[in-house]
Amino acid sequence: MSQDEMKMYHKKNLVELSALLQAGEVSSVELTEYFLARINAHDKNLNSFISVTEVQALAAAEQADAALKNGTAGPLTGVPIAHKDIFCTEGVRTSCGSKMLDNFISPYDATVVSKLKQAGVVMLGKTNMDEFAMGSSNETSFYGAVKNPWDTDRVPGGSSGGSAAAVAARLAPAATGTDTGGSIRQPAAMCGITGIKPTYGRISRYGMIAFASSLDQAGPMAQSAHDCALLLNVMAGFDEKDSTCLDKDVPDYTAELGKPLAGLRIGLPKEYFGEGLDADVEKVVRGALDEYKKLGAELIDIELPNSGLSVPVYYVVAPAECSANLSRFDGVRYGYRCENPVDLMDMYTRTRGEGFGAEVKRRIMVGTYALSSGYYDAYYLKSQQLRHKISEDFREAFEKVDVIMGPTSPDTAFKIGEKSDDPISMYLSDIYTIAVNLAGLPGMSVPAGFVDGRPVGLQITGNYFRESQLLNVAHQYQLNTDWHRAIPEDFL
Amino acid sequence: MSLDVDEVKKIAYLARLKIEEADIPGYVSNLSDILDLVAQMNAVDTKGVTPMSHPLDAVQRLREDVVTEGNQRELFQAIAPKTEDGLYLVPQVIE
Repeated sequence: MSQDEMKMYHKKNLVELSALLQAGEVSSVELTEYFLARINAHDKNLNSFISVTEVQALAAAEQADAALKNGTAGPLTGVPIAHKDIFCTEGVRTSCGSKMLDNFISPYDATVVSKLKQAGVVMLGKTNMDEFAMGSSNETSFYGAVKNPWDTDRVPGGSSGGSAAAVAARLAPAATGTDTGGSIRQPAAMCGITGIKPTYGRISRYGMIAFASSLDQAGPMAQSAHDCALLLNVMAGFDEKDSTCLDKDVPDYTAELGKPLAGLRIGLPKEYFGEGLDADVEKVVRGALDEYKKLGAELIDIELPNSGLSVPVYYVVAPAECSANLSRFDGVRYGYRCENPVDLMDMYTRTRGEGFGAEVKRRIMVGTYALSSGYYDAYYLKSQQLRHKISEDFREAFEKVDVIMGPTSPDTAFKIGEKSDDPISMYLSDIYTIAVNLAGLPGMSVPAGFVDGRPVGLQITGNYFRESQLLNVAHQYQLNTDWHRAIPEDFL
Repeated sequence: MSLDVDEVKKIAYLARLKIEEADIPGYVSNLSDILDLVAQMNAVDTKGVTPMSHPLDAVQRLREDVVTEGNQRELFQAIAPKTEDGLYLVPQVIE
């Protein structure tokens, strides 16, 4: 390998970068400068970052280098990554993609952020996202749409679209994301990267700006399942500050990565291969399933009879919870306040009317309606009952199979503007991912090929707390394929 | 399920959202479409089904009622739109 190729750090994944750092072949400051330069050179074409935190990044990199020298470094010390702008970062603007928080400098760190900081991970900046994580295309951001690095006329998916685009273009080796209805998996699929949403309660939500509290879950977005395992090792775990975080030991997520797949039972829900699925996407997914068969897995047809209801159920649960969560934005203590309010009511209504974008207002109103007097039973209660039935479907399926596979999204990345006037068609982009959030299960998306140069994701869903198995199932596939290594031409 | 202009205005008021008059018809149509989508739930009988409160049937964790956070008023008020003498200022409420 020539000197120049050695220095192509963006062509290396976290595992490789970590090895270089540990061996002293590169310093964290060098790596950090390298990726900051890439962001500077390329992000104007993508808009994947809202804030680039150069000064803090270089200071953290120097500290990491000291730790690497004095022997106190961990496996991720010195590696630079990006954070979705939904995670509170002390002293750094945390906008959540909204005008409402454009001026919000967080006074504290989210637990995910502080855990990664303690592990020596360097933050490059904060990535763009759909406003308050409400969207599937990253077009609802106050800071403008993010472009897909594989085709800049198209969306990167959402809501963690900035994180997905930044990793796909290798402007950051990895990033954090959050997933309420598919917001890690769908953009990972559309940008050709690997992402995992763990079991609900596995990662602390403290300092992660709340959208729908019973569904929101953070997770890593990276170039491979192995990279995701390294990040999850740091991100997962109990936190007293999140009342829904589960007190359960965190395994070493890399420990199962060598396990052969012979005998693995893969469930294929017939509902995920029916009407609405693009024929070319299906072909790619079937190709990935053939690969699993070669690896010794068994494919079993299953049914998830209530999964067709997951989109309607989600559009009650998520708006209802968001209408409650977003009531805190009132212009009193932080964030945006309208100019010259005449009285308190005028201040509330104009602050919120001007501070929130159209999609956020739509969802707040749907939630307000569903929770209003006389409608609670018909909407929220009914949706929680159906959620129970959707979860039961999965429970029964996991008696017969180890993991469930299918497409992550029914189509590849669509054109910017194509669905922005039609909320319902946008919502259907998450038709295969939403049920997993409603049931609280872990799920991931893995690059499985291309249709007309646009990436396709394979969704793998596992049983509760079986992230280790899920990551290994993805890892074995990645040992035998190289879809996850593909980099878009303009970012080579 | 279709909503009318007055219903949308009422919902906006309950949600404390000022919606420009010109934008109301758009919301009427979008919200009605979403409620139509949601109405698909009615196809399934859920009589006797327990509503799900947590995917893993976890119960609310309790803690001792003690102070765990120190006073950081200055830090928090540094990002407030308007404060005076350590208090948050809003438009006058009482004449």
